Amino acid sequence: MIQIPDIANATPIQILFCVLSVITLATAFLTIYSKKPMHNAIYLVICFTSISGHYLLLNAQFLALVNLIVYIGAIMILMLFTIMLMNLNKENEVHKPRITRLGAIVVFCLMCLVLIAMFMNSKPIADGSYDVTGEDYQSIQVLGKLLLNEYMVPFEFASVLLLVAMIGAVLLSKKEKTEK
Amino acid sequence: MDNILNQIGIENYIFLSVILFCIGVFGVLYRRNAIVVFMSIEIMLNAINLLFAAFSTYHQDAQGQVFVFFSMAVAAAEVAIGLAILVSIFRNMGTIDVGNLKNLKG
Repeated sequence: MIQIPDIANATPIQILFCVLSVITLATAFLTIYSKKPMHNAIYLVICFTSISGHYLLLNAQFLALVNLIVYIGAIMILMLFTIMLMNLNKENEVHKPRITRLGAIVVFCLMCLVLIAMFMNSKPIADGSYDVTGEDYQSIQVLGKLLLNEYMVPFEFASVLLLVAMIGAVLLSKKEKTEK
Repeated sequence: MDNILNQIGIENYIFLSVILFCIGVFGVLYRRNAIVVFMSIEIMLNAINLLFAAFSTYHQDAQGQVFVFFSMAVAAAEVAIGLAILVSIFRNMGTIDVGNLKNLKG
């Protein structure tokens, strides 16, 4: 079951987690709710930064750095450039019909309700304590060794995938100059 | 070293990820702008990545983080291709409203 933490005795880490969670959820909602595409992108950047903060809180430094570099450094810049290329920064978006929007809100509420109820009633963790093996398992050094030994083949396939994606993106967005 | 989950609890991470994922689904259903739909998909991917990282800490095992790494690589490829497709759609039709893409009678 969910236990309500008492605010007075909250440790700094709990307070940090709550603040980060509120930032994550609020900016994720604003990303969808805001009308201007540029504002959406900025809110999404804040959301991803706070998720990087969550990774740091979990002591996963590698993921925090990769999240910052890949999502904020690469993906969001790509989206910002696309928005600027299309010159969409005007509020002329036609809304979906009211019944569709109502359906979306109903789906959101139902899905939250069902998933949270499901996880609240799932098997509780025994007496709330977690085992600590004490060994280092998530530093960049350990992850690098794991990636280049055990996950060597998937790692190389990921690089091939990125190469193919790059070629595909260039081909797709190239202007055809013949005909017309 | 102390386990961070002793202070926060895995349930809170599960609830955070669930709500974040639902916000992503809501965005896909609610908006018509294709770029915002893309952003919602990114939010959903991030919710799952966060849950992977939390459970990696829970099991004290690095494999979850390796999976997050690969899913980030796939997400980067997906966004590059998707945005290229969006640009060419915008060039041909002058709009990226998902309600107007009816050529396939879908």
